[in-house]
Amino acid sequence: MAEVKEKIRLDKSLIDKARNSAKRVAENTQSFIDLHTTIAVERAVCRLLGIDGVNEFEVPLPNVVCDALYGHDLLSNGAAYVIGCLIKETGLSPQKIAEGIANGEIDVAQFKPISHLEAREAVADAVNATIQRIRNNVSTRKSFLAEYGDKDTPYLYVIVATGNIYEDIIQAQAAARQGADVIAVIRTTGQSLLDYVPYGPTTEGFGGTYATQENFRLMRAALDEVSREQKRYIRLCNYCSGLCMPEIAAMGAFERLDVMLNDALYGILFRDINPKRTLIDQYFSRVINSFAGVIINTGEDNYLTTADAVEEAHTVLASQFLNEQFALCAGLPEEQMGLGHAFEISPEVENGFLYEIAQAQMARQIFPKAPLKYMPPTKFMTGDIFMGNVQDALFNIVTIATNQRIHLLGMLTEAIHTPFMSDRALAIENAKYIFNTMKNLSDEIEFKQGGIIENRANEVLKRAAELLGDIEKMGIFQTLEQGIFAGIKRSSDGGKGLAGVVKKSDIYFNPFIEIMKGEAKQ
Amino acid sequence: MNEKELNLKQLKPYGDTLNDSKVQLSFTLPVPNDEKGKEAARILAKKMGLSEPNVALAKSLDKDFTFYIVYGTCVHSVDYTEIKVQAVESKVMEMEETDEFIKTHIGRKVVVVGAATGSDAHTVGIDAIMNRKGYAGHYGLERYEMIDAHNLGAQVPNEEFIRKAVELNADVLLVSQTVTQKDVHIKNLTELVELLEAEGLRSRFIVVCGGARITHELAKELGYDAGFGAGTFAEHVASFAVEMLAKKLNK
Repeated sequence: MAEVKEKIRLDKSLIDKARNSAKRVAENTQSFIDLHTTIAVERAVCRLLGIDGVNEFEVPLPNVVCDALYGHDLLSNGAAYVIGCLIKETGLSPQKIAEGIANGEIDVAQFKPISHLEAREAVADAVNATIQRIRNNVSTRKSFLAEYGDKDTPYLYVIVATGNIYEDIIQAQAAARQGADVIAVIRTTGQSLLDYVPYGPTTEGFGGTYATQENFRLMRAALDEVSREQKRYIRLCNYCSGLCMPEIAAMGAFERLDVMLNDALYGILFRDINPKRTLIDQYFSRVINSFAGVIINTGEDNYLTTADAVEEAHTVLASQFLNEQFALCAGLPEEQMGLGHAFEISPEVENGFLYEIAQAQMARQIFPKAPLKYMPPTKFMTGDIFMGNVQDALFNIVTIATNQRIHLLGMLTEAIHTPFMSDRALAIENAKYIFNTMKNLSDEIEFKQGGIIENRANEVLKRAAELLGDIEKMGIFQTLEQGIFAGIKRSSDGGKGLAGVVKKSDIYFNPFIEIMKGEAKQ
Repeated sequence: MNEKELNLKQLKPYGDTLNDSKVQLSFTLPVPNDEKGKEAARILAKKMGLSEPNVALAKSLDKDFTFYIVYGTCVHSVDYTEIKVQAVESKVMEMEETDEFIKTHIGRKVVVVGAATGSDAHTVGIDAIMNRKGYAGHYGLERYEMIDAHNLGAQVPNEEFIRKAVELNADVLLVSQTVTQKDVHIKNLTELVELLEAEGLRSRFIVVCGGARITHELAKELGYDAGFGAGTFAEHVASFAVEMLAKKLNK
């Protein structure tokens, strides 16, 4: 991406103040996170140790193992420790041990305790095999990009959402051939609240398709096929959120996903998932995404679908600062932080387009290395497809004028149906036209000193810094209880999934965090 | 009949001249973009009742998919004078009028409980009606002085929705359905009414549904008191609900 020039004169001391507040919020939260694990984190550890498949009732084996550990109050030791003990005792692989637990041949409560070090040694082969597998995926991605190059203009991001992975593949390949760079497979409605990841290829879903490892694999293969044919690396995106956040990250790392929706707060606010659970889960999921070279996308755009885009713009910026700091705690480099924002100001607001430019340019300057994810208009799309195409065109102009990185294409039929193949093609055509005809527009633009755009950006920054100052005083849990984000109040002991939060014992270890974070830092 | 006059018994589309019957449509066919594909598009348009169809655009979407924009003259007409539609027939009152109406005719706060039920994860509809701020300058029910509004959010199971409604002693239930893929909204809406009936609670509440693809007719068919589609604001829902509640209570 092009170097970010300082086109809007922003108050640097305010940026520092806001960033420091966010840093302290994240660090305070991290000290809570470090003391805890969750059942989803341990299921992800099981997956990374090579445990996969389902039992006779279609229950995934990582759930079978962790439910057994939970039932015997052993989860606090971590799945890696207990599996390590069982490996030492039986000489079996983690997968065979899981199968043994599933069919009743192995009783998790009956393992012979060994030392922390011995347990680490016992799982080392399984851990290394996975680390190597993920490294291989990272180098495959790199060699694709080395061979075909990577575009320096915004990535065109489209969604497919048929519910049937095989139908998704047809639509995804067509979109990729038309020019899409990132294909996101929308998940079926409600998957975020499942406390397990479904298994195998799926052909039924509502408003989307189940995220399963097999579906990931099928879509990845289909996109690799088009990548080779088009001589362009097509990125695959899915949703690393909900009650199985770290498991989805593990699955994505195994199947070479490139982009993951992975917000620190989204599940809390919009799915009423328990705040403690989400914060612990997001940490491990981001450690995995970081190691796997996955660009995370955060969900600030969602705030504006419930709150007003003019009045609440500063909450988007504040949340971006927080997401940045939480991501840094997980070792995620800035180059993989697809912080989110959106073009959601009402078309009736006078000079609304100027405000959109102000906010988009401001975000680029404040997070210059981050591949920002810019979301299209949705809230004020009415079903008037002709007007919708104009709104999407204005959105496209802001993207190219401010050099956003991940450009989620607006659909002219937003608010009517999940996109037809033709809707996607029209959206790609619209964006390609604008990105070509205005290719170097951003190099030509300077903003008037003290003008509407500069003033707007500074106003948003000022309010964000103030808000983060308040959040720093309250801490993240109280902030959520007060309904600061998106006007939604969440108590730290409410919501779904709290029961799966466990304090770590002295013997606990997570072998993956150590290796993955160590490597990401180098 | 003079073709230059408007005849409501034979209503026809208007392009740029009365009764010219011009229409536009677009669709995709899963075939390659060639002359044969264009002919297929033309034949399909004729079968849809368009005479002299003109394929203005044929564009490849993929190797075996082509997008067509077609114009034609529609051979059909409708008898406008015979049409009857079911629409919500309440007078739309402003927020203050509604509050006043409640004070005069009901004499206590009206309890409204709303949610996006079942599998639906979208709060955009219920928020537009209920959130204090409302939508596009139309204040939501939370702002109404005489309405006690409870927005339960999204993905509320129908059983829980009913439980909450009973617990809060609701007068009015609002159900929002945004996702309509494979008619999942019909399933969610039907299930709620069936549960209410099974528990003998249907008559206790005024039950209203809303969403981009909801019509009043559909709502009535499914056993709701009213249905509101796109372009509905809080005042439409509130006016209907309080008027019906007043009638029900003052029977």
